[in-house]
Amino acid sequence: MNATPVRQHRPEAESETHSISLLLNGKQVQLTVEPWTTLLDLLREHLNLTGTKKGCDHGQCGACTVLVNGTRINACLSLAVMQDGAEITTIEGLANGDQLHPMQAAFVEQDAFQCGYCTPGQICSAIGMIKEGKAKTRDEIREQMSGNLCRCGAYTNILAAIEQAMPACQGESRE
Amino acid sequence: MTIHLEKAVSRVDGPLKVTGRALYAGEFGTADLCTGYVVNSSIAKGRILRIDTTEALKVVGVLDVLTHENRPAVASYNESYTDMDAADGKHFRPLYNDRILYSMQPVALVVAESFEAARYAASLVRVDYESEPPQADLYAQRSEAHKAPTELPPDRGDAEEAWTQAPVKVEAEYHSAAEFHNPMEMHASTVIYSTDGKLTIHDKTQGVQNSAQFISNIFGLPDGDVRVVTPFVGGAFGSGLRPQYQLVLATMAALKLKRSVRVVLSREQMFSFGHRPETLQHLKLACDQDGKLVSTIHEVMGETSSFEDFTEMVVVWSASLYQCPNVRLKYDLVPLDLYTPLDMRAPGAVLGVYALESAMDELSYAAGIDPLELRIRNFTATDPASGNNPYSSKELLECYRQGAERFGWNKRSPQPRSMKEGRQLIGYGMATGVWEAMQNPASAKAVITIDGSVVVSSATADIGTGTYTVMTQIAAECFGLPLEKVTFKLGDSTLPKAPLEGGSFTVSSVGSAVKQACEALQQQLLDQAKQDDQSPFKNFELTDVIFENGTMRIKASPQECIEITELLKQGGSPSMEALASASPKEERDNYTTATHSAVFVEVRVDEDFGTVQISRMVSAIAAGRILSLKPGRNQILGGMVWGIGMALQEEGMLDKKLARWMNHNIAEYHYPVNADIHDLDVIFVKEHDEIVNPLGAKGIGEIGIVGVAAAIANAIYHATGKRIRDLPITLDKVFQS
Ligand code: FES
Ligand code: FES
Repeated sequence: MNATPVRQHRPEAESETHSISLLLNGKQVQLTVEPWTTLLDLLREHLNLTGTKKGCDHGQCGACTVLVNGTRINACLSLAVMQDGAEITTIEGLANGDQLHPMQAAFVEQDAFQCGYCTPGQICSAIGMIKEGKAKTRDEIREQMSGNLCRCGAYTNILAAIEQAMPACQGESRE
Repeated sequence: MTIHLEKAVSRVDGPLKVTGRALYAGEFGTADLCTGYVVNSSIAKGRILRIDTTEALKVVGVLDVLTHENRPAVASYNESYTDMDAADGKHFRPLYNDRILYSMQPVALVVAESFEAARYAASLVRVDYESEPPQADLYAQRSEAHKAPTELPPDRGDAEEAWTQAPVKVEAEYHSAAEFHNPMEMHASTVIYSTDGKLTIHDKTQGVQNSAQFISNIFGLPDGDVRVVTPFVGGAFGSGLRPQYQLVLATMAALKLKRSVRVVLSREQMFSFGHRPETLQHLKLACDQDGKLVSTIHEVMGETSSFEDFTEMVVVWSASLYQCPNVRLKYDLVPLDLYTPLDMRAPGAVLGVYALESAMDELSYAAGIDPLELRIRNFTATDPASGNNPYSSKELLECYRQGAERFGWNKRSPQPRSMKEGRQLIGYGMATGVWEAMQNPASAKAVITIDGSVVVSSATADIGTGTYTVMTQIAAECFGLPLEKVTFKLGDSTLPKAPLEGGSFTVSSVGSAVKQACEALQQQLLDQAKQDDQSPFKNFELTDVIFENGTMRIKASPQECIEITELLKQGGSPSMEALASASPKEERDNYTTATHSAVFVEVRVDEDFGTVQISRMVSAIAAGRILSLKPGRNQILGGMVWGIGMALQEEGMLDKKLARWMNHNIAEYHYPVNADIHDLDVIFVKEHDEIVNPLGAKGIGEIGIVGVAAAIANAIYHATGKRIRDLPITLDKVFQS
């Protein structure tokens, strides 16, 4: 006979919720979160900001990349409570009204996606990577963008889009 | 001259995708939405004895746990479970009874108010099984093989005798690992339950009508009660060709709880259904002293499940790609205790052509003829597998020529291991690729409104292929309108009938319907104009007029022109619409229709580490007219990346004792990342075709991957002198062989 292993049951006590505040896409928000809710699930499940994607929930794909205080992170690997006071930018917060961010515009122009599911993560990651300032060559960009999988295989065009948007983004991060 | 077609147009859905506003199946919601999380079996074969849900039900927020014992009624007859891409046999029926047919089979669905509660409670569901030993070893089960239920081209001549007598011959066995589709978006279904019991379902699928029909059938719901709406699909590559189990489970829960339910599979669960089958191929090729093929024997053994016979077009290519008088094919299936394999990008062709084109490479060395030259010598302008029908078009020789030139094939030194840079061995390899150019019946509706805009629709899908864009281009071209004035709608089961989005036949099928619907609408506008006896259009036919920026003109006298809005006013209606259905022309039957490619690869193999880098690849494609250049090129690039994955990385690793995939996550199931991809170059060879369909476009979703794995394996041989006949070619194999 084969049985499912029995797990330790968690105490029945009502969960303790936490109050956090975020500067989310330029807006100050006050939220009550449960301790086990990831930043990704907070965005997608609770705030209806589904532009940030879930591709694995394990830090393996980069689809959930967002910018926290300007640094790219995998939102699935961070608990929401850990981000109290942080400034968070998601794909929904990049454009200025109808005016696309230079990286977004470059992705459209270079056709740097197919299905578009990895795209928000690629774009946020690319912006974060440029800010890190360590990618000087094409091979370095490829390497430093390798945490963002694209199953459609649009890598050639992703590279082209990043190269196109890089000068504009560098200007922006200097401002 | 065209205004939109064959142009590099940016995707019309691009802005939605780069701003995160494109909504995928698991991203729709309603106020009453609850979440389901799947519990999967831990054994591969046997019975469920008992499912204890007590602890799970205690978790705050949990609403119910569905199992085979308490689910709503479903159809029991197998026929009800058929789908548009069904394999022979019995479709898997989720939560149907206590039988376990494969490891990670869904056995329960926990439904809760929140995702976190459902996921946690799922870990508390306790299942007791009675387990039987599963069989999952393709090699060990070879003796259990049976003939695949599919028709193969007839044998020609006496292949065995010809092989025996031939002066130059090779014989080899090739193995390829199971592969998983792993689209970035995990399979998801959101079932919106409305108070009248009707369902609106957002399902990750390549065929909204396929999902709608399937759900209607198995739950006995009237057709009008189920609507499937999926505007965006985060990749699929075949995984959405058949309704997957999350769709059934989410619907069960919605019907039982009378609430809206969403079920999203985890990445691990993405390994709990279809995959490209592990395959074993035996090839014998022989040629004369001049390199002319005299014998082709191709035998394939593919895996299937215990409940269905999965077949794909795996051996047929060996009967048609080259002229050869003696051919024998064989295709067997070995049932294993795994889920049924599933069509995956260029199903069959990637495998069959991998083996054939690897063997051709081996033959080229045996014959002492350049591999490219060997292919050119065996080129055929007619299709030997169909009694030498002509091809509707076949610019394969141009693919060879242009591809070789761009790549610099003439710089290849013939000897293996003869090209080196430092500690890097350099190898050049090439292969031919082929895929069918199909057309299936499809319908579309075109509507023109008083503001001059056109809306065209069909129940097809855009899985990243560019359907939105190319259909918009086709319609805008017909009406001479800017793209902004045209909208294409898809992904809604209530739209005009479309085939599954797959097989590279969407442009051919739906594109033809779009064109015909636009033309039918134009005819109506012309007829409207003719109502007026004084009309200058009175004596003209559709072929005599052109549509341009909201007007209709007579070609011969363009000053004779009428505003479309004026015509609509005359007709007394704010809009006019036309529905059209397109079917393949009978004329096609006299031809073979196919896309072709020539793939050239440069590899760099590190002598010390055994690592393989694909430093350059050129793919020259003949696929008729390429209607949309940006998505078109992107499709081929994607196929090349997939070919690299297949050749070097992708491998479902099976614990054969447990019959369970062990690397069920994307850190351990490898596919290419950005750093694996270097210089990829696509050439679209001009190919004129008036037979294939009215658009002259053949479809390009598959052709980009076919042949790539062989070209890479051949290049690795050329670099190292090691012939590795087992995919993926990981560095351990480069060292060992
Ligand atoms: S979802 Fe966060 S890395 Fe994949
Ligand atoms: S565009 Fe589909 S996964 Fe990257």
